[in-house]
Amino acid sequence: MNDSLDPRVNRLRLDKNDGSFKVEEGENWNVFEVFHQEKRGAHHEHVGCVHAPDANLALIFAKEQFGRRKKCVNLWVVRSADILAFDLEDEDMFANNPDKTYRDASGFKVMEKINKFKAHTK
Amino acid sequence: MQIQQALQELITKMADDELVIGHRNSEWTGLGPVMEEDIAFSSMAQDKIGHALALYRLLEEHFGGTDPDQFAFLRNAADFRCCHFVEMPIGSYEFSLMRHFLFDHAETVRYQALALSKFAPFQHLAGKAKGELKYHTLHADAWIIQLCTAGKDSRERMQAALDNSFQLAGGIFEPGPAEELLIAEEIYPGESALYKQWLSHISPVMEKAGLVLPEMTAPVYGGRTGKHTPYLQQLLNEMGEVFRLDPEATW
Repeated sequence: MNDSLDPRVNRLRLDKNDGSFKVEEGENWNVFEVFHQEKRGAHHEHVGCVHAPDANLALIFAKEQFGRRKKCVNLWVVRSADILAFDLEDEDMFANNPDKTYRDASGFKVMEKINKFKAHTK
Repeated sequence: MQIQQALQELITKMADDELVIGHRNSEWTGLGPVMEEDIAFSSMAQDKIGHALALYRLLEEHFGGTDPDQFAFLRNAADFRCCHFVEMPIGSYEFSLMRHFLFDHAETVRYQALALSKFAPFQHLAGKAKGELKYHTLHADAWIIQLCTAGKDSRERMQAALDNSFQLAGGIFEPGPAEELLIAEEIYPGESALYKQWLSHISPVMEKAGLVLPEMTAPVYGGRTGKHTPYLQQLLNEMGEVFRLDPEATW
């Protein structure tokens, strides 16, 4: 017995128990990841996701979910299923990173130059 | 009728349309078909009420009108100048979406014309509303095309929604009193010019959606002269209920 109040669940008519049901084309919405750009030239940052029938409506929904407060100049959406990621158990590939400090971008004497430049332009 | 009075009538009907459709569309808050759409539709309803406030402020600042809150919440239906289209109950989602589509394109052509108005405050207002209206029509067009191409049942319901809305939408363009004065002063181009521009805006979307555009045989007029459906007074009673408890209260 299905007691859901969600129209998306009720549309599936799970109570009608004739053994199987078919999901029609377009009936199943996708999840899209949303990336927000605060100013031109800045990186797009991941801010969350929306649920939509296609990329076009995902972008339209994203505008109100993630672009209606504070500064925003553009948004990206990408279908979550199109993102390729490593498996959780592959995390060990990164395990020794903290040991390889020689790869960290430190030790450059940039601050000196920056301070010198600042003093110069004052 | 003096030009000042004709201009006040124009601003009042535009503002009342915005307030009433904004209130109607906000009635979907919490009831939208999916959460994302609920938020988008509610947010656009807020924009409409914002446009109404900006217009009521014009009346206050340029024509010695009353405080916008008092003007919005204390008048009775007969003093409102909105068209019948915006008063209609929200009905089904396809009706509300179709109304949103037809109304927002009408609003877009009106504000585009006002951007060129000789009445400078209109130019400022049109500039501020431009980006919002762009999103509103983008949202409306996407939904109309989406639902009209989503199968037979869906397309038929959208066509029925259009057929039920079209004469009502014609009421948006009911000619105003002495609008020829405003046309002569290049304050705005008049309702029949806006109607033609509106048709040229909605037709390409309708064509893409496979909708059959009905003939405008009997546009529903009356709202601009204060004759309304019973739905308006009900809406006003509910909308102003809290405000009227203490009209002098500071919020």
